[in-house]
Amino acid sequence: MSANKAARIGEEVWKTRIDKVNAELVTLTYGSIVAQLCKDMEGDYLEVNKQLEKMGYNIGLRLIEDFLAKTNMGKCANFRETAETISKIGFKVFLNITPTVTNWTTDGKQFSLIFEENPLADFVELPDDGRAQNELWYSNLLCGVLRGSLEMVQMQVDAHFVNDVLRGNEVTEMRVTLVRIIDDELPPGED
Amino acid sequence: MQRQDPLQSPFVPFSPNPSLQQGTPTATAPLKHSLTASQSSNLRYSSSRKSIYDRHLNRTQRSELSKSSFAFLFGEMVQYAQKRVSGIQDLEKKSATPSFVPTHVSPAGPRHLKSLSEAIHSLTPRRLNLHGYTIGQRLLELLLWRDGRSAKRETRILGILQFITTTLYRSIFNKPADALEKSRDNEDEYMLIDNDPMVSSYISIPKEMSQLNCAAFVAGIIEAVLDGCLFPSRVTAHSVPTEQFPGKTVFLIKFDESVLEREAVL
Repeated sequence: MSANKAARIGEEVWKTRIDKVNAELVTLTYGSIVAQLCKDMEGDYLEVNKQLEKMGYNIGLRLIEDFLAKTNMGKCANFRETAETISKIGFKVFLNITPTVTNWTTDGKQFSLIFEENPLADFVELPDDGRAQNELWYSNLLCGVLRGSLEMVQMQVDAHFVNDVLRGNEVTEMRVTLVRIIDDELPPGED
Repeated sequence: MQRQDPLQSPFVPFSPNPSLQQGTPTATAPLKHSLTASQSSNLRYSSSRKSIYDRHLNRTQRSELSKSSFAFLFGEMVQYAQKRVSGIQDLEKKSATPSFVPTHVSPAGPRHLKSLSEAIHSLTPRRLNLHGYTIGQRLLELLLWRDGRSAKRETRILGILQFITTTLYRSIFNKPADALEKSRDNEDEYMLIDNDPMVSSYISIPKEMSQLNCAAFVAGIIEAVLDGCLFPSRVTAHSVPTEQFPGKTVFLIKFDESVLEREAVL
């Protein structure tokens, strides 16, 4: 499947099959979650990153079903196709953005998503405490969502942010690595 | 100069109700260190991008996101609130010292509650309310800035309630609230009715937790807006299912005495 086709499908599904809500409500809700975590973890931003990833993972496990139901997507032939699908359809239908897929490694197992826009981070400035900008990955939930949802379609991936405009970087960039394809495992005792 | 009255009132504008406030502020309180004039911000900004202060305020006004995204986030928020509450309760049980005050619950909180589940039921809505509160504070600011010079300062109870049922409700839920009623029994109580709160549309509450209404989140938003407009109040969400509207929710708004006194003078 070509990138263009993926973009067309994404646009189509977003326009016709998605119930929508005010974007600012979502932005503020996410902000309130992150703020609460920072408070609860007493400023341990590394722990906040972990918690966000975990929440995202829980979301991903369930989100994939919603995704498949709405888009009627079949299997991707390879990881490159998966990447295009994530960006042009996945992010499109849930967040109305299409991060750019780029920086592939030669083995085709690792790519970057560059976020031109990030609705989760609208209105956001990190705390000016000398640490948050070095330690907190504000949108880390998204990494968990990718890990969780791809795990449900038999791909174990590692996803983490390497750049974030909130930290003063020029771009927001997530690095996604395919760790392995999870083989179908027969339930024990059925052989 | 500080006047006496507002100090005696349990309500402080621009901050959550004391009964909801969670212990002492932690070291993460944003901007704590940068408030002194001599110190400038240490934040780094991306050189090629506009900062949030340069962007147009209305940029995201009409933009939309998937309802599922909100539902997923909100679901995690509710779960986290619950988990956190039960964790604290356990913590409290283990602590033998009578003087121990948990940081995350109000002093008058779970001590008087009998069972763990009871505590969860009563505290989860509070945490949701608090989440909503922080959102309401920001929404109010956003709404008023957007109105620019035509923004009106509401001074009467009815005016502010109208603002909430129409302007605020429209801006976040794209529809006005379904009804606004005045309590027959109590002078200081008003009821705002939402037949089908958007936030609860994908949530089903287990039987044993029927007291929990996740629209407590919306109650928090309303409360923050009222407090922010100097109408200190408490807002709580109550389920009143009907056959036609199983999710029907009443937001009970109870104004502080000072509001009624002022209303009488105006």
